[in-house]
Amino acid sequence: MVGASAIDPRAADRLLAAALASGGEHAELFFEHRRSLHLALEDGRVRSVGAGVDGGVGIRVVAGGAVGFAYAESFEPAAMLVAARTASRIARARGSAGPSPGARGRVSGAVAEGGRVVPAGVDAPAAEFAAILRRLDAAARAASPAIVRVEASLAAVHREILIAVSGGPMIHDVQPLLRVSAVAVAQRGQRREAGSSGGGGRFGLEYFARRSPESLGQEAARVALVNLDARAAPAGNLPVVLAAGDAGIWLHEAVGHGLEADFIRKRTSNYSGRSGVVASALVTLIDDPGVPGGRGSIAVDDEGVVPGPHLLIERGILRGSLHDRLSAAAAGLPPGGSGRRQSFRDAPLPRMTNTWMAAGDEDPADILRSVKLGVYAARFSGGQVNIAAGDFVFALTEGYLIEDGRLTAPLRGVNLIGNGPAALAAVSMVGHDLQMSEGTWTCTKDGQNVPVGVGMPTVKIDQLTVGGTTLAGGRT
Amino acid sequence: MSLPRSSHQLLARLARQAAQALAHLRALGADHAEVRIDHGHSLAATVRDGALEQLSEAQSLGLALRVVVGGRVAAVTTSDLRADALAVMLARAVELAQLAEEDPLAEPPPPRALARRWPELDVFDASLARLGADRASRLAQLAEAAALAADPRIVASGGAMCSRTINHSLLATSGGFVGPSATTRVALRVQVIAEDAAGHKRSGHYWSGGRHLQSLDPPEVVGREAAQRALRCLGAAPIPSGVYPVVFSPEAGAGLIGLVAGCLLGDAVARQRSYLARRLGTRIASPLVTLVDDPLRARGPASRGFDGEGRPTRRRVLVRHGELLGFLLDTASAHRLDLAPTASASGGGGLVHPSPSNFYLQAGRRGPRALYTGLRRGLLVRTTLGLGFDPGTGHFSRGAEGVLIEDGQLTRPVAGVTLSRNLDELLQGIDAVANDFELRTAVASPSFRVDAMTIAGA
Repeated sequence: MVGASAIDPRAADRLLAAALASGGEHAELFFEHRRSLHLALEDGRVRSVGAGVDGGVGIRVVAGGAVGFAYAESFEPAAMLVAARTASRIARARGSAGPSPGARGRVSGAVAEGGRVVPAGVDAPAAEFAAILRRLDAAARAASPAIVRVEASLAAVHREILIAVSGGPMIHDVQPLLRVSAVAVAQRGQRREAGSSGGGGRFGLEYFARRSPESLGQEAARVALVNLDARAAPAGNLPVVLAAGDAGIWLHEAVGHGLEADFIRKRTSNYSGRSGVVASALVTLIDDPGVPGGRGSIAVDDEGVVPGPHLLIERGILRGSLHDRLSAAAAGLPPGGSGRRQSFRDAPLPRMTNTWMAAGDEDPADILRSVKLGVYAARFSGGQVNIAAGDFVFALTEGYLIEDGRLTAPLRGVNLIGNGPAALAAVSMVGHDLQMSEGTWTCTKDGQNVPVGVGMPTVKIDQLTVGGTTLAGGRT
Repeated sequence: MSLPRSSHQLLARLARQAAQALAHLRALGADHAEVRIDHGHSLAATVRDGALEQLSEAQSLGLALRVVVGGRVAAVTTSDLRADALAVMLARAVELAQLAEEDPLAEPPPPRALARRWPELDVFDASLARLGADRASRLAQLAEAAALAADPRIVASGGAMCSRTINHSLLATSGGFVGPSATTRVALRVQVIAEDAAGHKRSGHYWSGGRHLQSLDPPEVVGREAAQRALRCLGAAPIPSGVYPVVFSPEAGAGLIGLVAGCLLGDAVARQRSYLARRLGTRIASPLVTLVDDPLRARGPASRGFDGEGRPTRRRVLVRHGELLGFLLDTASAHRLDLAPTASASGGGGLVHPSPSNFYLQAGRRGPRALYTGLRRGLLVRTTLGLGFDPGTGHFSRGAEGVLIEDGQLTRPVAGVTLSRNLDELLQGIDAVANDFELRTAVASPSFRVDAMTIAGA
């Protein structure tokens, strides 16, 4: 597939008609073509280089609120027709007598273009990939003689999608994604510690004009060196200051998933049936697909809906949730623009894009000064949530002890655990320093991975459970 | 293999396609190549609140290859197997290899090291082809109904899904190896929500499945177990911070054993990214710990007669009575470590990496209850949450859910706590291993007990 005209609207009409031949209210064709290029450097040598091509169409029929789904790994008319007929079986399984009177088995109007076309990193010469990683590698090694190993990788994906909805328009979009990551290992005596860094987003290689490969190498080295001095973390309930940027992953886990409307509809979310105050009045939470260059940014969702920013929580009050077409229809709302899928092989689900907390008024230095004994959570490796109970857990890759308002010792092996609504209620200070994370976050739901972004100002939570190994007061 | 004729025909077709791709790569100047073609057919029915919610069915076909040109390696994957598109990708692979640096360790296995025959692993059930949408929906409906009817406190369903996949794949190498394989898999899973009087929700999830339709538990059993798992968590609360003996259930235990497996992979060891890298021949765990990688188990979830480079596989004891005897190695990592390869290359075609097959902690003799009957105070952990593990240092800290043990009895459900101890000390601290072992997942474990872990809670 190349370009908005790659699929003839009449061919789309034929497939939609076949998909709705046995009944159903709505059908959708999701054409996707994906090219990728990646290169990995290990100790200054190109260790692996690879490329991939993937493409096909996912066909969905909605009949009586139920979904028939099939895909074809090809754009051959015969294979796509088989998929359309397979997806159409849902209508018979739901006891439909035939085509729904209101269903229109064809598209309307011309093909619309989603977003701005961005340079494709995937088409750059692979030798440029190697040159960028060599700069990163050299900068990490130059940071300190204690850096004994560096690994770095760079991957570019060029995703092109074209969505045709029965009775609706066809819409075409290009969604490039660049991902760079680095790991540095520092050694002192027998002790070895790793540090990592990452970056990228909806960019081609021009990304490296905004963020140099050297800065990524230095960042990985810096974290590895900090961790050489890290000591065991305390265990117990303490105030926690979440640093601006990366800590947005906490919002993603602690609140974001619980506000995805499929969980709410199934009554499996701890936010099902809740309204009114769900957080401290300092908390305003937004899911924003329009962050420039953001990993989670999309001009069109994977159901052909143009999304806008979603206000989820405003000054502590629950304002909205994230809908795809199915959950929106069930709730009597217009499509929400939050339908995303890993690929044409998967049916869409309500998903986050870039999730961030609005800035507050506090000076970050004052937030730190307010803590007598606590933990400063600087960088995270990821987290998990139990959506029914709201319990979340996330792990730190860089953290510090706060003593008398100052950062003292770096900590290792810190895990933070808490309950989403309880922790949101315990937010007592919010900084004015909102920052989007540079991290290469990938969200997994029902086995489907999609890129997401997170952001956060510096935030103080009065009490979270810190899972270290050192017990305060030696209690057993 | 005792396969239906349609499977033999399909595999023969894949073998012809792979041979053509290999011939093409040789003509382009490749010194060595591995090509893998995968063909899959999958079907899944999801039911929620008694009604069919989603029916999915699809066939897939993809090719992955690794090519070595003058000691330089590249890998490509494609789902477009039309002759002209494939020719473009094969040329791209050879071109990309020029960019890689010469890697003297990128040598393929010598022809004499390749598998010529392998045992029948009983991983294909021809009757699963007849498990259609109607029957799959029915099984999911029965399982969900049993879960919802189990108790009035079960208030919502996250859905029940019955799925089956039929996969055929062919790995061919320019060294002359041709390895066909055919596998099936069926699973039935249910998730429900229990709610207590205060409105606190807990979710319970259970699945049953395996290579054969017979390995599926009756749907009512699957549903009731999911309900029990939600109910037993109601009222869960943190316990006071402290040092407790901890009993891991088979599922939670498997998570820990999987971390050990990750630290035994040749890639991690050769890069010194495993805390076990320099511990070969030493005691790394309590004498009760014996860890086995067994690719040849009949019906095993990760059974394979040959590895991703075409070497014959066999059962290996990696840790015997606490002593580290070996790592999981593909050809490249074995060369880097100057050890013999263990036929642990995963996948095949594309970049290969060592991976475990069926990897497990060997069962002990005691019943699982005996692990806590003697404890005055401890925690039975049934679920761990989060990613808190650093393979380079062994630092481990994760969220946990389970039940408090007091005076040898399971007393109240626990959630919202973290569990910490370095994996090195944790393995040395295993003081009991139970006999409740079942190879349900590729990495598996019986229940076991650790003498002490730091718990952060209330």
